This record gives sequence, C-alpha cells and structure tokens, in this order.
Amino acid sequence: MAETLKRQNAKTILVVDDDEDFRLQVRFQLEADGYQVIEAESPAGAHRILESTTPDLMIVDLMMDEVDAGFTLCHDIKKTLPALPIILATAVASETGIEFDAATDEERCWVKADAVLNKPIRGEQLRRELNRLLR
Amino acid sequence: MTETLRILIADDEDAMRLVIKRALREFSLSVPDVGVDVALEMEEAPTGEEAVERIAATHPDLVLLDLKLPGISGLEVLEQIKDYGEERLVIMITAYATIQTAVTATKQGAYDFLAKPFTPEELRSTVRKAIRHLILSRQARRLAEEKRRVRFEFISVLAHELKSPINAVEGYLNTLQEDFARNDPAIFDRIVGRSRIRLEGMRKIINDLLDMTRIESGRKKRDITEVDVVDVARMALESVAPTVLERGIEVHLDAPESLTMTADRGEIEIILNNLVSNAVKYNKDNGRVDVILRDTEGRTIITVSDTGIGTSPAEAAKLFNDFVRIKNTKTKHILGSGLGLSIVKKLALLYGGDVSVESQPDVGSAFTVSLHDAAYGETEASPPAQATASSDT
Repeated sequence: MAETLKRQNAKTILVVDDDEDFRLQVRFQLEADGYQVIEAESPAGAHRILESTTPDLMIVDLMMDEVDAGFTLCHDIKKTLPALPIILATAVASETGIEFDAATDEERCWVKADAVLNKPIRGEQLRRELNRLLR
Repeated sequence: MTETLRILIADDEDAMRLVIKRALREFSLSVPDVGVDVALEMEEAPTGEEAVERIAATHPDLVLLDLKLPGISGLEVLEQIKDYGEERLVIMITAYATIQTAVTATKQGAYDFLAKPFTPEELRSTVRKAIRHLILSRQARRLAEEKRRVRFEFISVLAHELKSPINAVEGYLNTLQEDFARNDPAIFDRIVGRSRIRLEGMRKIINDLLDMTRIESGRKKRDITEVDVVDVARMALESVAPTVLERGIEVHLDAPESLTMTADRGEIEIILNNLVSNAVKYNKDNGRVDVILRDTEGRTIITVSDTGIGTSPAEAAKLFNDFVRIKNTKTKHILGSGLGLSIVKKLALLYGGDVSVESQPDVGSAFTVSLHDAAYGETEASPPAQATASSDT
C-alpha cells in the first residue's frame, strides 16, 4: 500500500535513447531514487508516448539514428511543452571533443535543453540535475 | 563512360596547327580495360608565353609542344609548367631532335616525341599512346584513392562498433558502484548478464575481423582435404540447437548422405556457421530454417533459407558489404558484427564461386553459395582479386 502510494506520487521520467543499455542504466538509477521511468527508443516512440502522458522530465540522447535526432526532438517538444524540463545526454564530447553546455541563457536558446550531461553519466551528477530541475 | 580530354596545340606555324587539328578532328579512342571512351577538345597557342598561360588557365590534359617557338622555347615552357600541379602529358614536336634535347625534355617532364615531318597516322598513334597512358594512370590513382577511403571508413566504423560495448560495460560498472545496485541481486544479475552479452558481441566482432584479415591477406595456411559438407552442416545446426529449441524453430536438412568437396574445412565451417546462425537469428519464433546441399555440375551448392524478417531487394544488395546490418526496429535487438556475410562472400570468391540472396520483407531470405573445389597443393590462399573489389564498392 505504502509502495503503491509512493509510486503514484512518484515523478515520471521519460528516457529517450536507442541504446538499450543506457536506458537500463538510467532506469536502475532513477528507480532506486523513487522515480517512475518510461522508455522510448526513438523520437517517434517519444512522440507517441507524449500523446497520452506528460512526464515530469525527459532525458534525451543527442545522437540516435540521425546525428541530430535528439536536438530536433528537443526543439519539437519545447514548442508544445515549453515547461517540460529536458536533460540532453551525449557522448559527443568524448567522441569528438566538441563540448557544449546549457548553462547560460544563450546556450539554452540554441540547445533546447535545460541541462547537458556527458555520457557515461554519473549517478551523483544526474541526481544533482534532477533535484535542480524538479524543485 | 565518355571522358573529354583537353588538348593544347602549341606551335607557331598556323599551317602546322591546322594540320594537327585536322588529323585529330575525327579522333576517337576507347580504353576498354577501364571502359572509357575518349573525346578531344582542342585549343591552340602560337607562342610559348601563350602556351604557359593557357596551361595555367584551362589545365589541358595533353600538350603538343613545338620545341622551337618564338619568344620562350618549348624547353622553357616545360620548365615553367613543372610546378603547375595538375597532371598533364607533353608531347614534344621537333624537327631536329638530338639526343641531348630529348634527354633534357624528358628530364623536364616530356612524355614523348614527334619528329617533323610526320604523317597524320603517326600523330594519331603517338597521341593514342599518350592518352592510354593518361587514362590508365588516372584510373589507377582513382582506385588507390577509393581504396584508402574505404579503408578509412572501415576503420572508423570498426572503432565505433568496438567502442559501443566498452561504453555499455563502463556504464554498468559505474552503476555497480552505487549501493542500490550492489545490494539488489536482481539488478546485479541483470548488469552482469548485459555486460556479458555486450562483451560476447565484441569478441564476435574481433573473431570475424581476424577471419576476414586472414582471408584477405592470403597469409592463412590452408589445409586442403576432402571435406564432407553434410557433416559440416550438421555441426553448424548442432551449434544453434539450444536457440532453435528455445524459440520453437523447425530445422530441416535436405542433403545426400554425404557430399564431399576439396576444401579447407575451417573455411566451409565459417560459411555454414554464418548462414545458419543468421537464419536462426533473423527468424521469427516458431519459424523454419532449411539447409539444402547439392552437387550440381561439379559445384557444391549450399542454400540456407529462413522464414524471418527478410529485407527489400535494395537493402539485400548491400548485405555482403562490410559492416552492413540493416538497422530497423526488427533488427535492433539482434547482435551481430556486420561482417559475417561479407566474409561468406570473400570465401565464396576464393572458391571461384559466389553468393546470392533472395529476400522478401516479412517472408524470409534464402542465401545460396556456390563453390568449386579448391586445388590441391595450394597451401596459401591467394587473396581473391574480386573480393577486394567487391568489398571496396
């Protein structure tokens, strides 16, 4: 009973990534912290889910089938759900050395995300961003 | 393919330029080795200075250059255009070709000589020789460039494919550092299980890569004996037996009692293992796999068909290239190196045979490999000439 109650009040997080292992790792972490997790493996899948559910926060991978799939998805979502916080997860820094961030307003205007985290994501990092964005 | 080459006629005599133009007007040449037909576009320069200017501006492919020109001489033109980068062939036209001028001109990059007076046929024959040389050397350079590009692409895809399991396992190790993961047996098992699967996938890529390198380099010692292909097929089917059972797949072997061919057993194993494991991997649950072995006109024909996800003809055509894994929601959860079919193709070519596929989406695929006997006494595999070409395209 207490468990159900806790789940019902739990914040819902939608994880969008074509990498099954990344989704699973994030799920473990988030569920341990009491969140409810929904997964989508493509931007199309994410849009389908968003038709019936509005999560409290989204974690989106930058590079899915198309290199900028995550970017496009963030832009699309911010148009209809401007208040929905999005964390952009990316391995682009470790793969290309290109670094970008969403720390300033200017950056956030360009990167339509509220935070950018580099993969592999560390538990405490993710926890910090979640606490900040879901306050 | 028709290639238009620019030819510059640099001669101070109007009559000579006219003669040359006339002789080359109807000129045509085809270089069948590379499938190129050549058409010519002609331009003229009456002085050495103009010749240099035109060479810099229009980059002619071939220059007919008179040695004796008013102003700067033919040799000086050669000297000046030496560093123009663009590749071009120069044929010197001269009335008094001494050994000395010949040596100097050749040193400065002239390709050939034409001594005045010459007949139109002599001119055409000299030009023909130069153009053949030009076309063939350009083709060789293009192929080398293409090979470099394919190699680069191969390495970057390979690096990506090898990095992906490392990232996954590293992520799981990070998760394991968290108390909740260490203390929850279910999560712990899942993490170890997934890590193993990803590492296994990585090992498969590396093993396939080694197979491929051995085949392509031709360094591998081949052990050519009488091989019973039916026996090899049975073993390939045994190795997938647990999965077949688990997924309710029906397997049929349609073959004579035995079917022997002269081959390296390891290579025939690689072919059958790849085809059979693909037929199971890409099948539907409760599907069917058929392995048919035949001896037709001295060739061994292996057909492996499945009732799996299949693929479109356009995508099927790409299947035998390196690292081609048709990526869609249906194949997403199927592990593979993307090298298996490319290896099968290379081996088939090594046996003077080939591999083909017939496939229909959601119906299934049928792969057919035809093999000739390998020659006895052949202890080292000579790399199949076509294999490199096909993997390059």
